[in-house]
Amino acid sequence: MIASQPRLAIVRHNVLKNNDVLARELRERFRQADVSVVSLVSSPGSGKTAFLERTLSALRSQYRVAAVVGDLATHNDAVRLARSQARVKQITTDTVCHLDAKMVDAALEDWDLNDLDFLFIENVGNLVCPSSYDLGEGLRVVLLSVTEGEDKPLKYPTIFNTADLAVITKIDLAQAVEFDLATANHSIQAVRPGMPVIQVSAKTGEGMDRWLEELYSFRRNR
Amino acid sequence: MHELSIALSIIEVAEEEIVKLGATGVTSIHLRIGALSGVGKRSLSSAFGLARENTACATADLVFEDVPVIAYCPRCREPRPISSIQQFNCAVCDSPVSDVVQGRELQVIAMEVT
Repeated sequence: MIASQPRLAIVRHNVLKNNDVLARELRERFRQADVSVVSLVSSPGSGKTAFLERTLSALRSQYRVAAVVGDLATHNDAVRLARSQARVKQITTDTVCHLDAKMVDAALEDWDLNDLDFLFIENVGNLVCPSSYDLGEGLRVVLLSVTEGEDKPLKYPTIFNTADLAVITKIDLAQAVEFDLATANHSIQAVRPGMPVIQVSAKTGEGMDRWLEELYSFRRNR
Repeated sequence: MHELSIALSIIEVAEEEIVKLGATGVTSIHLRIGALSGVGKRSLSSAFGLARENTACATADLVFEDVPVIAYCPRCREPRPISSIQQFNCAVCDSPVSDVVQGRELQVIAMEVT
């Protein structure tokens, strides 16, 4: 038998094509069902769940809301979010550090999207890995808590650059940790010029009106 | 950390292409990797070293082509490089730029097959 000669074959194939194709399908399904889909990304402990719990409670009187929440392990976040009376489903990723479109698709399997106005997707706490995966969301929100340091956007430019809106959380603690809002804003604008930034406290409710206004406007402009 | 997932996706792509090309194996996989792809080359190479075992890519290496970020500059009215990944300003006129036109790529562009 003659050993075949090595040859260079030109191919053009996006590595995450399968994810991107499924994300596009999801986006189309969301559009047809008229559901506004918002994803939340941040580092662990930035207050995503408290923020989302307050958001779901505030929206629930006027809108049909649901949340899908990703974590490496435990169902604790889903239990917390269920207190808002919204429909909640936990995705346990085991060792996987991000959600992908397939996991979201599977989580939505037994929900009728036509029953929803807003769907929130809380990603696994991680500022690196989720940036590569499109989930079909319409609005990607990145959270940064005042306890994390103002230069976080400069350390994780990719995730901030792929987001549509930045939320600075735990603003009630800003003074205690000597958080410099101007520096944080500057870092965010450096890696994502023009991105809107809002400050909230899920504990006191400060800034939640502004955040809800962003959500209403996102839904109006769909 | 997601580089293992990415490595597995690369192997999936390569195996599909091997079948399409009627090849028997692959010795190198050439990737275009954008500065905004969210993937680190070093961790991807080591993850790939583990993931390739017992696959059609068992003896394949990864070859990288870096893709810099290019964004549309509204002042220059041209696609331009940016100052740095920490500073999304036009490298020519220093205006802020937000429309990224290149730099998120993560593509297999060529394979050396046998």
